[in-house]
Amino acid sequence: MSEARTLFDKIWESHVVVREPGMPDALYIDLQLIHEVTSPQAFDELRKRNLPVWDPNRIKGTVDHCNPTRLGPDGDERSALIYADENSRKQILKLEKNCKEFGIECFGLDNSARGVVHVFAPDLGLTQPGMTIVCGDSHTATHGAFGSIAFGIGTSEVSHVMGTQCLFQSKPKSMLIRYIGELPHGTGAKDLILYTIAKIGVSGGTNYAIEYSGDAVRSLSMEGRMTICNMTIEAGARFGIVAPDETTFAWLKNKKFAPKGEVWDKAVAAWRNLYSDEGAVFDKVIEIDVSKLEPMVTYGTTPETAIGISDIIPDSEMLNYSGLKAGNPIAGTEIDYVFIGSCTNGRLADLREAAEILRGKKVADGVQMIVVPGSGTVKRQAEAEGLDKVFLKAGAEWREPGCSLCLSMNGDFIEAGKRCISTSNRNFEGRQGPGSRTILASPATAAASAIKGVISDPRQLEVHHA
Amino acid sequence: MREPYNTVTGKVLYLPIDNIDTDQIIPARFLKTVTKEGFGELLFHDHRYDEEGNPNQEFAINQYPGNVAEILFAGDNFGCGSSREHAPWALTGYGIRTVIAPSFANIFKNNSAKNGLLLIELDEQPYQALKQIVENNKDVDVTVDLPRQQIHADGSDFSFEIYPFLKTCLIKGVDEFGYLLNLSDRIKAFESARGER
Ligand code: SF4
Repeated sequence: MSEARTLFDKIWESHVVVREPGMPDALYIDLQLIHEVTSPQAFDELRKRNLPVWDPNRIKGTVDHCNPTRLGPDGDERSALIYADENSRKQILKLEKNCKEFGIECFGLDNSARGVVHVFAPDLGLTQPGMTIVCGDSHTATHGAFGSIAFGIGTSEVSHVMGTQCLFQSKPKSMLIRYIGELPHGTGAKDLILYTIAKIGVSGGTNYAIEYSGDAVRSLSMEGRMTICNMTIEAGARFGIVAPDETTFAWLKNKKFAPKGEVWDKAVAAWRNLYSDEGAVFDKVIEIDVSKLEPMVTYGTTPETAIGISDIIPDSEMLNYSGLKAGNPIAGTEIDYVFIGSCTNGRLADLREAAEILRGKKVADGVQMIVVPGSGTVKRQAEAEGLDKVFLKAGAEWREPGCSLCLSMNGDFIEAGKRCISTSNRNFEGRQGPGSRTILASPATAAASAIKGVISDPRQLEVHHA
Repeated sequence: MREPYNTVTGKVLYLPIDNIDTDQIIPARFLKTVTKEGFGELLFHDHRYDEEGNPNQEFAINQYPGNVAEILFAGDNFGCGSSREHAPWALTGYGIRTVIAPSFANIFKNNSAKNGLLLIELDEQPYQALKQIVENNKDVDVTVDLPRQQIHADGSDFSFEIYPFLKTCLIKGVDEFGYLLNLSDRIKAFESARGER
């Protein structure tokens, strides 16, 4: 019997440990990632129950949300912690201590590979096709870019996985988004996903797992695929997935935690079976033509308020907060800050994209531009290519890795009433600091806007190649 | 193991307001913490205390001196907003074991299930009838009989629906974690079938 199955289905079914009527499936979890904010109470739960961690090798920790992205006076980030607020400091030290106690490898403050949880793991080859991956963080869907089932969970669920390697989960419905046409020159993954969210809405994906397909996705780098899967949650879906291919395997080859030698060959052979079969049935199929896609930016306080860079700002109650005027073109809107970073766009390809536009140019007067690499690995690679110099010469800041201005939990924030063009994923009220105004965009659009001091179309800037 | 939920009789904290979000249940500024403890004191903080930190006597919770209500009677879409699990922690920390409302937000539902907090979604007609009873007598004893899926108050009975698995967990006093731990042999078998361990 050969029934056509979806990619999601193949992975889910191979991870069901127990299935009983009237109950959610007990699903086996291959990899759990933890960070300082949503894990401390989960460790306490284990202590309370006198339990060890089921398999410490299947958990990796890192610090990202609360760490300062500036160095202390002695050039050390740990010393900067002294100046961070007391609770942030406690959360970070607690994670390092908890990991040590339970035998979990922690990419803590002193580890040069640490970074935003959804950046550092793919960097190291921890994220692999066919896996089930969880993290106490809603943007865990990022890892689906490798053809894995990856989703965000609550703190109790974090403890369940720590203690049993399993979770009770009900299978979501399936959605296929098929992109038609090729991405026009000057547009990329961020524009594609913002366009998609604008089309289906912030709750369009609720209760679904979304598979992304079509030439536009196939042509994307792994970084681009991660950008798309990352923002799946902004459309209400907890899962986003892309079938693995040569691009995926090339990314993984020789990465620290990727299989090696014969095991690698066997793994790749198995990964090649991870795709939705011809004729597989989805609960919902959406086709989106991308051949007219423009660079996208948001005008409101939800990611679905994305419009093309040459569009006019539509009327909306959200303009009360965002301070924009209906009827005006969005291009030309003044900005005060530029943030390049986050688990959406803090990877090497994103930094290259921004640097290419900034090379030999200056950030406009009165604009503060902050570049925060997604991880230590990304930071080192970027520095090896001289990207840090490009940013610094242009007048931007080059920081230590972390979540930083994506959610402003670490002391970095945008002042009330100021506007930031940001490569992150959420433009909610107050997300970048109380009263802050956020415009979401791609690294290219953010960099072009930095130069002009106003929202600008990156396609209209000439680029100096290195 | 947590305290098994069988039949609970108690006073009602009466808050029939729609769209009570997680920020009202537990304000965001209290989240930077490393424990689950102490949230009961902070439940409905900004309604419960005035700016000087004195109890606001207008607010329902302060009208039950020394008499912690175990049942919260709320309005539609209770628990909307962020995914913070601190919201159920605050409710159970205070001593609430049951919330009755016309509907609950999705993520809040999920998080409550993990914390032994019974959420009862009542249809319009029984909801309004129960509301009348409590409104007329704030001191009424309400009984929630989970095995029979019934609420008794002032001589009236109202039945409710619940996901069978959740009911089992609550009645046995095992949460999902306990349930998963009971599966450890099967988890090990799964691992060895995959050629691990
Ligand atoms: S970068 Fe932003 S979205 Fe990503 S994990 Fe950090 S805070 Fe969350």
